[in-house]
Amino acid sequence: MSRSVVSEIRRNHINELLRKGARMDGRGPLELRDISVETGVIDTAEGSARVRYGDTEVMAGVKMAIGTPFPDTPDKGVLTTSMELIPMAHPDFESGPPGGDAIELARVVDRGIRESGMVDVEKLCISAGEEVWMCFLDIYALNYDGNLFDAAALALVSALKTAMAPASNFDKGEDFPLPISCLPVTVTVAKIENTLIVDPTFDEDMVSSARLTVTTDENGDIRAMQKGKSGSFTVDEISEIVDLAREKGEEIRKIIG
Amino acid sequence: MDSDIVMVDDKGKRVDGREANDLRPMKIEAGVLPNADGSAYLEIGKNKVLAAVYGPRECHPRHLQDPTKAIVQCKYNMQSYSVSDRKRPGPDRRSAEISKIISEALESVILTELFPRASIDVYIEIMQANAGTRCAGLTAASVALADAGMPMRDLVPSVAVGKADGKLLLDLNKEEDNFGEADLPLAIIPKTDEVVLLQMDGHMTKEEFDSAMKTGVAACHEIYEMQKDALRRRYSVGEEEEVEE
Repeated sequence: MSRSVVSEIRRNHINELLRKGARMDGRGPLELRDISVETGVIDTAEGSARVRYGDTEVMAGVKMAIGTPFPDTPDKGVLTTSMELIPMAHPDFESGPPGGDAIELARVVDRGIRESGMVDVEKLCISAGEEVWMCFLDIYALNYDGNLFDAAALALVSALKTAMAPASNFDKGEDFPLPISCLPVTVTVAKIENTLIVDPTFDEDMVSSARLTVTTDENGDIRAMQKGKSGSFTVDEISEIVDLAREKGEEIRKIIG
Repeated sequence: MDSDIVMVDDKGKRVDGREANDLRPMKIEAGVLPNADGSAYLEIGKNKVLAAVYGPRECHPRHLQDPTKAIVQCKYNMQSYSVSDRKRPGPDRRSAEISKIISEALESVILTELFPRASIDVYIEIMQANAGTRCAGLTAASVALADAGMPMRDLVPSVAVGKADGKLLLDLNKEEDNFGEADLPLAIIPKTDEVVLLQMDGHMTKEEFDSAMKTGVAACHEIYEMQKDALRRRYSVGEEEEVEE
């Protein structure tokens, strides 16, 4: 994607503001945009959530079906995450199969959920080696203004948290809430010149040299990370980012309860 | 009918309590997505649809450019969780066909000759489906085009007329569609009553077809009023402001 360019004048403006600790939308460097979370918005999904980070908007839906487990994990349910950067969301997004950006997003979001053990996949086993629940976790970007990592992750966590397994549709007893063990929250920090900012907008993302996405759990432990873009971080910066991710993660976790 | 499922009861009420010629409850909102040049959100019954317009803009791929006018490229897409059995993401033959007929219906009202070589891109995302999504998508798309300030002859309201239990029923829902005997989606230009989208499958007599068309056109005019109302709400000056003056 990325046919967009940020004009020199805008780039300089973003840089100059940040040197004074300010941002184009009036936020401080370590301030999040307004976040809203609506759950249960799609009746046909087992769980769903529409999340907004400022003008960035994503929808996540959980669909479940019964299938055969992977041979190496015969007693575990299956999670499959996909991310669609549909052309509705941004002029740079094109139709077609997911490209590198969409796949990276899906995999980073997936890791946060998988590695934190948020969904207790062992409880999604019906009969070992034969029947397990398959969870399809699909995320669509509806409007893109930066920081899809955090919005997508929060949408998916919110959708999973409210999902009901449709057991009665498959003659497997009563519907039950998806077994959830923790609430991982993802926070992305971008680096512009030597300043660290949270929740970058599209323009800030274009101007930034590097980003680091950190998923933490409610104990403040780290569950997944991904560094992106061609710039670099010092070891001290990374440590600072992890602290930030824990602090902001706690703030965001309060929104979804 | 050999099925014991009753689609219309003795009092003429349908499974969801509607009369034969009633539309499902409908809601349209214009200008819902910040990035798009125009957008609309539409709910009709249990359908939830987003439409967005980008353009006129440079046409990709370039070999599709027309030196005399803009081309209209609609992409209709069903999101994976919009139906009861998950749909694999991405295009299929059904969505390709629907995209094509919706593009053609929209092209009939847009003044494409004003934008040679350009492309007008219309994206329709079905977030929740319950029969009649192509009509809902087209209805939303024409509101999104107007929201984008596109020069056009008129809006394009669209609805389907179906047949279940041997009776003609307007705007079939999922249950009626599953057990129905015929389906006739159509779209019109309300100012002239020209038909710009028409499909039909199932079984109808000529008399039933004539009657279904009449019902469908009348319902399109009802939808047209809701489309215009959505645009008025989007672009009218707020009441409070008027009071202040």
